[in-house]
Amino acid sequence: MTVNMTKGQAISLEKQGGGSLTQVRMGLGWQAAPRRGLFGSRTREIDLDASAVLFAEKQPVDVVFFRHLVSDDGSVRHTGDNLVGGVGQGGDDEAILVDLQRVPVHIDQIVFTVNSFTGQTFQEVQNAFCRIVDETNGQELARYTLDGGGQYTAQIMAKVHRVGSGWQMTALGNPANGRTFQDLMPAILPHL
Amino acid sequence: MTAELVRGQNHPLPDTRLELRVSAGHPVVAGATLGDERGLVAGAEWIAHPGAPVRPGVEVPAAPAAEHRVAVDLAALPETVHRLSLLLALPPGAGGPARFGTAAAPFVTVADPTGAAVATYTITGLDRESAVVALELYRRQGAWKVRAVGQGYEGGLAELLADQVASAAAELAAGRLDAPAAASVPSPPPLVPETAPADSASSTTTISYAHPSRRPAARPAAPAPGPDTAGTGAVPSPPAGAAVPPQESRPAPVAGDATGWTMDERLYNQVWGMFEDLARSVAAYRSARDFADHRLDRAVDQVLADPSTRVGGAGDAARAAARATHEELMGRAQEVLDRDLAQLAAESEVVEPALPVAYARWDNPAWHAYRAPEEPPMAVRLGDLHLPERGDLRIPFLVRLPLERGLWVDSGPGRTSAAGLLDETELRRLALDSAVAHTARLLAAHPAGALTVHVLDPAGGGAAAFAPLVETGVLAAPPARGAAGVTAVLAQLTERVDLLQMAVRGDASEDLPPGFDPARQLLVVHDFPHGFDDRAVTRLRYLADEGPSVGVHLLMVADRADASAYGPVLDPLWRSLLRLTPVPDDHLADPWVGHAWTYEPPTVPPGSAVLWQVLGQVAEARRRNHG
Repeated sequence: MTVNMTKGQAISLEKQGGGSLTQVRMGLGWQAAPRRGLFGSRTREIDLDASAVLFAEKQPVDVVFFRHLVSDDGSVRHTGDNLVGGVGQGGDDEAILVDLQRVPVHIDQIVFTVNSFTGQTFQEVQNAFCRIVDETNGQELARYTLDGGGQYTAQIMAKVHRVGSGWQMTALGNPANGRTFQDLMPAILPHL
Repeated sequence: MTAELVRGQNHPLPDTRLELRVSAGHPVVAGATLGDERGLVAGAEWIAHPGAPVRPGVEVPAAPAAEHRVAVDLAALPETVHRLSLLLALPPGAGGPARFGTAAAPFVTVADPTGAAVATYTITGLDRESAVVALELYRRQGAWKVRAVGQGYEGGLAELLADQVASAAAELAAGRLDAPAAASVPSPPPLVPETAPADSASSTTTISYAHPSRRPAARPAAPAPGPDTAGTGAVPSPPAGAAVPPQESRPAPVAGDATGWTMDERLYNQVWGMFEDLARSVAAYRSARDFADHRLDRAVDQVLADPSTRVGGAGDAARAAARATHEELMGRAQEVLDRDLAQLAAESEVVEPALPVAYARWDNPAWHAYRAPEEPPMAVRLGDLHLPERGDLRIPFLVRLPLERGLWVDSGPGRTSAAGLLDETELRRLALDSAVAHTARLLAAHPAGALTVHVLDPAGGGAAAFAPLVETGVLAAPPARGAAGVTAVLAQLTERVDLLQMAVRGDASEDLPPGFDPARQLLVVHDFPHGFDDRAVTRLRYLADEGPSVGVHLLMVADRADASAYGPVLDPLWRSLLRLTPVPDDHLADPWVGHAWTYEPPTVPPGSAVLWQVLGQVAEARRRNHG
């Protein structure tokens, strides 16, 4: 059963019927909004990039993005850069896989962000979502839709963090501006 | 689709009527045992052998032969039978090989009633064993499966049966096995010799090849044989905990457990997968350790900086607390690392013996069965890699064929302590030996005649080390001596590269001169730059740059300092070569994290003739090819 998350909502990443999750996928999908009027068919391509930043007590330790697709420890993997979006028509355009059992012990939070690499604002993006899937069985655990595209070029989507011996996901949905995750660091820190 | 099984791997069976075909290349005795759900054989009537070839559901051939067909009808087996093991043994005294290590590896096919192969298994890795459990068909939740076992026994059938037959029945089995076999077969293979060990289990359990799931280490834990089994010559039955094969109860690593079209590719990918996993697991550990250290430093600094805690109990308590947090995090990091390393070590233990010769260590028994391959493998092993976190976990260092860059065995004084302890002469000797071993492996990895090796030994200083190559006759010509020899070989190879490049560019491969040797070429250079003039050095650099793309490869044994007179002009040459060392050295970095790995060159076991034997086979295959 998918939970449609709202901003700030937290859900615990546990399997139904107990047991903790081992592998989750953070999927990101989007489509370029159609333009109206003359030459409307000339849809501009939008390149959104998903990134994940691994933190240990608020210190960034490693980053997974299109230029560094696997964290050094192998726990977080990016499936590769998608430059245009809309491929899956509802499926994931970019995905980041997290092997929760392999996350190093000192990493306590993983923050997921989305940037518009081509510089368009989210006004030109439609049907954008981020969802978290139990990779072992393909079941969608939570979905968070990015509604109300505004004049910003990045979003801090969600974070996965340790709670006791398990993990919890919190929807953040915080708009920001920046081309890559580096630009977002100041915006991320308050959410840790 | 035929499944190519490796030791330990299982595969479902489509039918209950099957034919097990054995092809050994030399006479073997085939037999079968029928075991209960614990794998134990209740007595002699549950063993099919040449003396009693027919048992319910299975029939074995009545005489030793190089090829066997064993008919099996699983549906006709008694309900109590849960496992059928196919046994192969060498008939003693028949003039054939006395141990499997000196014979060609037996090949077993499981075929369905139409004759189509369901699964095949090549029993590699045997050495001193004279009997082997080839494979087993077993019942699991109502369905039958086949598993490649390949468990060999040095003590022959006696030991094999002792391992399988329920202890109380062992003597019975031994007694009955001898008689009918003697009656029906002209030269009876003594299935169980009369001298079957009669006293202790310890003398019978010298199984030389340890299957990971049947580690002999488990045996001492077995309960001592009861009074009823003492003196029967039987190995105590496995402890209760071992009754269920561990492969089924926990996911044990399996060799070949990776993607790929062939077993070669699967093992290659698996080794690289282990390499990456080890690199990343250690990265996770080191990252946690650095973080913990850093946090501890910061906490201690803070205590010192704060006047209220600098002296007195509060400060001590804060420091102690910081240390405790540090310990706690390190403990967890260590626990995770240990878990990962144990898993990889277990995988390495099954993968290492399953490796084909090109990937195997020189002490792997697979080399004894070496024959020239039909096709070159994907890669060759140039040594081992390990990290200080666990020195005994060795990752095979596999390098793709054809070589994309030349090799350089550095005979100069290294930076490591291992090199520092040796004198210069010794280091040069080791470097040359290791280059010869690399050359032998490259030759062995290629099909007959597909790699031509040239040697430059201008001063003749490498004559002793090159002897295995020279005397077995695997070289195209004797090692080239003097400046004239160097020039001639380099000119020949340079011309070859030119011709091939023109042919490739002009798409005119048919225009190559008649009698053009299509083989890849390997140039082994010793004593560089002795005997090299400026022109020869230029040609060598040209070969290093342009050769690999047209199949001309370089293996240098050199100390960079010897060529220092050339100045920086040679820097690009050294940089373009893959540097290997004759002693352990931590100069190689992995492509994922960039750890410094300790490279260890492959060593031929002291006193072993494996190099000569393999090179002899290479030369033999080449002669057959020409003849």
